[in-house]
Amino acid sequence: MTSQGGATTSGQAIAVEVNGTERAATVDVRTTLADFLREHLGLTGTHLGCEHGVCGACTVLVDGEPVRSCLMLAVQADGSSVVTVEGLAEGNAMHPVQEAFWESFAFQCGFCTPGFVMSAVALLRENPDADEATVREALSGNLCRCSGYQTIVEGVLAAGRKVREEGAVL
Amino acid sequence: MKTPRFEYHAPRTLDEVLNLLGDLGEEAKVLAGGQSLVPLLAMRLARPEHVIDVNRVPELARIDERDGALVLGAMVRHRQVERSPVVAARSPLLAGAVPFIGHVAIRSRGTIGGSLAHADASAELPAVARALDAELLVRSTRGDRVVAAESFFLGHFTTALEDDECLVEVRVPAWPTGAGWGIYEMVRRHGDFAVAGAVAMMALGDGGTIADARVSLFGVADVPVRAQAAESALLGQAPTSDVLDAAAAVAADPLRPASDLHGSSAYRRHVARVAVRRALADAAERAKEAA
Repeated sequence: MTSQGGATTSGQAIAVEVNGTERAATVDVRTTLADFLREHLGLTGTHLGCEHGVCGACTVLVDGEPVRSCLMLAVQADGSSVVTVEGLAEGNAMHPVQEAFWESFAFQCGFCTPGFVMSAVALLRENPDADEATVREALSGNLCRCSGYQTIVEGVLAAGRKVREEGAVL
Repeated sequence: MKTPRFEYHAPRTLDEVLNLLGDLGEEAKVLAGGQSLVPLLAMRLARPEHVIDVNRVPELARIDERDGALVLGAMVRHRQVERSPVVAARSPLLAGAVPFIGHVAIRSRGTIGGSLAHADASAELPAVARALDAELLVRSTRGDRVVAAESFFLGHFTTALEDDECLVEVRVPAWPTGAGWGIYEMVRRHGDFAVAGAVAMMALGDGGTIADARVSLFGVADVPVRAQAAESALLGQAPTSDVLDAAAAVAADPLRPASDLHGSSAYRRHVARVAVRRALADAAERAKEAA
């Protein structure tokens, strides 16, 4: 079923670079990027809380920018580069933001953590000197129902210090 | 929360977009940044048969300057505006208002044209467009129309766009030299739509009196509201505390906002007055600094 602009209702072939690996798939056009990552690629580290753009748990990086993967269609990511929480660690070595979250007790149940980590990575790549107010602003689109946010903010600030003082690469 | 089925179109040129809109009309929705439409699909409040995705039309994503005006393509993203030195220089109120929209991840995808065409009366950008007398270039296979912001917003989520028309660009007139700006909004949670809010622009003339003033409000009616009576009351006055107080009252008193679970009509009117007062104070302060 094709017309002008390559219209389809169901299967459309896409190619997306996910965590550095080219992934080709055929997806229903109404599949969100979040469902594509979780159900087609098995990358269940990207969590779905609200599925309508409020909670931030599904935040991933698309071409370097943090986006809510529940508000983007998988077909819209065709040709893009996506980084999920699974793309951060190097083997058994945690990413500096993950390490800083761990050291700061920046999670309790952990459901919201992947979204917070991806938002923090996006912030610190652009501004490793971010102060507390800037961190809180950057995390404002991510909801956590356990922590009261204090330790999460501390974790992001600690990750910023790792970049500035220890030369950690995000 | 899964979207209903739809037929997906991903045109690469504006002509293709217009042909699709001409053929499909009311059965189609334009998908810009998706930060409003995709939730509406997920909640099945919208069930278009066709979705026309304009994200792959590069001609809609440019920021230009033309005849002194700032010209923003409809697909310019909020983050692009936030980072643009051209916007910061040419339209400081627009640059200052965009960070109030949602959150970073929303602004990564959300677009100027999408915010205006969605026409949420609680949103910042329609009020900014009203305050700055923006002009909206609208196109269909039938031709072009330029719609003043004043005539564009018709009601809740309702604009002057016809079913076959696409918002192409937003023209923001030249910023008056030395003008200051302000924005204030009351929100329950950071990044939410405002209970009520206001934007202001002010330029000072000789002797420090107000030579130009713009005030518009959001979250107080089914469209953004320009407070022309308050603007007139400010002209020729020095921006003293009493003058700004009086203007804020003139702006807010005639309002009859709706009551809902976020606030009664009277409460919203009170918040609107405070928002105008604070936005004007910031605008006056910035105008004085520039003088």
